[in-house]
Amino acid sequence: MTAFAWITVLTAAPLVGAFVLLGLGDRNKSLVRWVAQAFSFIALLLTLIVWFHFDSGSGSLQFQERHNWIPTLGVEYRVGIDGLGLLMLLLTSIVVAIGIFASWQIQERVSLYFSLVLMLQACMFGTFTALNFFHWFIFWELSLIPAFFLIRLWGGSRRKAAATQFLVYTMVGSVGLLLAFLAIFLATKKFDFIDLTTLAQSGQLMPAVVDKLAWNRFAPQHVALIIFAGAFLGFAVKVPLVPFHTWLPSAYSEAPTGTTVLLTGAMSKMGLYGFLRILLPIFGAQMRAVLTPLLWLAAATIVLSAYAALAQRDLKRIFAYSSINHLGYCLLGVFAVLKSTAGEPTLSAEKYAAMNGVLLQMFNHGLTAATLFWFVAMLENRSGGLRGLDDFGGLRKVAPVFTGLMGIALFSSLGLPGLNGFIGEFLIFKGSFPLVTWAASLSVIGLLATAIFVLGILQHVFSGPLNRRWITFPDLTGSERLALSPAIGLMFVLGLDPQLLLAVVNNTAIQMAQHLGN
Amino acid sequence: MLAGTVYISFLGAAGMLLLPKGSVASARIFALSTAVAAFAIALATFVQHRTGEMLTVTRVPWIPSLGIEYYLAADGISLTLILLTGIIAVTGILFSWNIEHRTKEFFALYLLLIGAVYGVFLSYDLFLIFVFYEIVIIPKYFLIAIWGSTRREYGAMKLALYSFVGSAMVLIGLIAAYVVAGAKTTTLGDLAQFSFSLHFQMLAFPLVFVGFAILAGLWPFHTWAPTGHVAAPTAASMLLAGVVMKLGAYGCLRVAMTLFPLGLGPWGFHIIGLGSWRDVFALLAVIGIIYGALVALVQKDFKFVVGYSSVSHMGFILLGLMTLNQIGLAGAVLQMFSHGILAGLLFAVVGRMVYARTHTRELAMLGPMDLNNVIPFAAITFVVAGMASMGLPGFSGFVAELMILIGVWRAYPILAVFVGIGIVIGVVYIWRAMQSAFFSDARLESSPTETPLPPISFPERLGAIILIGASVLIGLYPQMLLNIVIPALNSPLFTGLRKGSWQ
Repeated sequence: MTAFAWITVLTAAPLVGAFVLLGLGDRNKSLVRWVAQAFSFIALLLTLIVWFHFDSGSGSLQFQERHNWIPTLGVEYRVGIDGLGLLMLLLTSIVVAIGIFASWQIQERVSLYFSLVLMLQACMFGTFTALNFFHWFIFWELSLIPAFFLIRLWGGSRRKAAATQFLVYTMVGSVGLLLAFLAIFLATKKFDFIDLTTLAQSGQLMPAVVDKLAWNRFAPQHVALIIFAGAFLGFAVKVPLVPFHTWLPSAYSEAPTGTTVLLTGAMSKMGLYGFLRILLPIFGAQMRAVLTPLLWLAAATIVLSAYAALAQRDLKRIFAYSSINHLGYCLLGVFAVLKSTAGEPTLSAEKYAAMNGVLLQMFNHGLTAATLFWFVAMLENRSGGLRGLDDFGGLRKVAPVFTGLMGIALFSSLGLPGLNGFIGEFLIFKGSFPLVTWAASLSVIGLLATAIFVLGILQHVFSGPLNRRWITFPDLTGSERLALSPAIGLMFVLGLDPQLLLAVVNNTAIQMAQHLGN
Repeated sequence: MLAGTVYISFLGAAGMLLLPKGSVASARIFALSTAVAAFAIALATFVQHRTGEMLTVTRVPWIPSLGIEYYLAADGISLTLILLTGIIAVTGILFSWNIEHRTKEFFALYLLLIGAVYGVFLSYDLFLIFVFYEIVIIPKYFLIAIWGSTRREYGAMKLALYSFVGSAMVLIGLIAAYVVAGAKTTTLGDLAQFSFSLHFQMLAFPLVFVGFAILAGLWPFHTWAPTGHVAAPTAASMLLAGVVMKLGAYGCLRVAMTLFPLGLGPWGFHIIGLGSWRDVFALLAVIGIIYGALVALVQKDFKFVVGYSSVSHMGFILLGLMTLNQIGLAGAVLQMFSHGILAGLLFAVVGRMVYARTHTRELAMLGPMDLNNVIPFAAITFVVAGMASMGLPGFSGFVAELMILIGVWRAYPILAVFVGIGIVIGVVYIWRAMQSAFFSDARLESSPTETPLPPISFPERLGAIILIGASVLIGLYPQMLLNIVIPALNSPLFTGLRKGSWQ
């Protein structure tokens, strides 16, 4: 541990990069791209330094910084990370580097594009490290603005509707979240997540809120549920959970593919992070009270999105729905941990497994989905923007390396053992089955449907007779292979040695599960 | 020293008329230096005066037989608004750099208006407040009627009439209070100590409150605001929305609520669920928030969008006042500051950066001009101003609305939900206007002959940066203003209000 303000420096670094890029202008596009990538590598380097200084023996918060800010509102600048935060920082750094590579073909207003990407990165770093609602909410909300403009200005033909829908949905959720937290502040005079967690765990939080609001026409537990519903809405839209997901497929498919990499790889984790850092610790009791409906929502998310992916013909829409499906597993795990087990020790172990699975799945889905969209971006560059399932065929013959590497990423997404996608899903299911058997069993349908559409992609795009149009389809160039190799390599490394990540998150996961009580 | 803000502005207005004829540049420079000097005084006082308690500036007898004094004083609330006035005055002149028609008169009236506004915020004597309040009406009428656009005579007259009706109501209430008290004093602090009968307060409070609230855009008395703002030249719109509407809100808080606090209490009976004037005005404020936002959503004229957004945002201030708790009231004062800055900025973009170049405010006409590429600075400024205006965190509007909402949760939890709806509509109308005006995908068929729009000038850039900077500064460090506003709210003047749910 050092007293150096690592987290603040890490958050500020991409922001500095964003302004440098704006200052560079568009005269030398290649320079802009490399400067942007250099800043993403700086962030990655800083993250790795933090990673190696992180004490994984303790699951509690580290690298904390704490300063007075707005005493009248109980606002402090307080940041810190535990295993979850660290994992998300690393994921964000990797995904942004991938996203910048995948955006290499952007030609219009290059400096603005990449500076928005770096702003988005800074906002995500801020979201994953803030421990006080006030500045956490600043980053949470401001991340929408670069994302909105990336979709709005560089997106596909229906970008206007997609960008607006994305913004409005998320804003509605955020207002619910804000109102819930203001009600809590009213009763506790606190915006600090950690203090609020302590209050919630001692059972003082909700009674105080209910007392302060004095809605005598509702029963106390209903008032608590109303407040919870507001906060829940904010995160459920963001993750997204069926039926709040309808903004996602159009946003992902209309966004330029390099941006989709960021949206799915890192930004979608903001919602899950909110579930883990905020909802679970602060509203655990309320979530437990409505556990069955929540499990239904998670199962519906998993199954419906997998079937929706089956019905799509556009690769980006397929992966968009697949993204919802994969995050659905995380939520299944999160909700399973809430199940009351009366202190049964074997079930406690299952909870730890599920929680570990959730954290690993967040990371692995980010890596895999980002890589898959990167492949889509390369496919689009070669095909002049085509990305329909039926536009291709037989690419295996002309582009064997492309086929092979994308195949690896697809199998990782499917959850093939030996690749990174497997371990998270395995742990989630291993933990969920004994805890919430029915919901876990239902969710297996999602696994099967996923297998079908992944194989469908392999079949339609890569196998079969070669579509004559693509006879000159170029295979991956040397530099593309070089850029891809770390991502693909990481899939194998994490698949074969999941302990690399587990070592960092295990203690955090156990603590999180323990804090929820039995 | 703070009294200098009033004197310098008035002297500047008089001096403007002495300037040589036809020298437009010197008029601009002179006006700017006057406004900067007044602002510098305000800023210096703000830096020195940390506690926010009442600070007597000048106190001399004026009409001793009636007990009227020339009594200027400032506490944290007035100081906040004086700072706001200074910022808007300076940037308003920067955004008026293009005025070529009767420049001297324009700036003379402008400075007169500024001086009177400073006067209202500084007055601690009811008679004096009223005098300055009336002086404000004259220059704003002429600024609109002479330099305005779209239906300017109508807009100017409507504004003047509404203002006169409002001040007449205030005057009746104040005279009644003076007579009833019979204490031969018009000093606010003294009269606030006098215990008027409950019955009298119940009658006088709504009269004086509504009289001031008309100027603050209280629904359904808001209709002067959009038409007046749209008709006014840019600098006058900035002043009207930015500062003059705050005069009304300030009067509500400073005069109506401190003199007649019992008027806010329960009637003892309920009509359609409303049990006090407080309930009535809180409801009207929320209706204003939602109604203003909905109307802004369907406007075809860019400036009307901003005009109605002011109605919506002023609703937040009035709602904050009606929470009657410390955090809600402090939030209302912060929102006065924040909305002043942001309304100024929005009107500057729409009126000066866009309309003065394109000569149209129709969203449908602006879209095909590809303004986002032609004048990117205006597009970026509007995006930032829009983000701030819709209450995105990191900007002043967020902290203010956050504090008001906390207050509302405490006082009227049900209304908090409706305010949430209003915030969402606020996001949509700002975003709709932004997309139609700057980021529309529609393109003109062909217009290569059209002359290119002049680039954004340096004074415009400077003005925009000052306003954005102020909003971000308060958004990130609101404690700067809260440090003086909270002690002011805890001062003896507000004793009458500090009952019930105060915390």
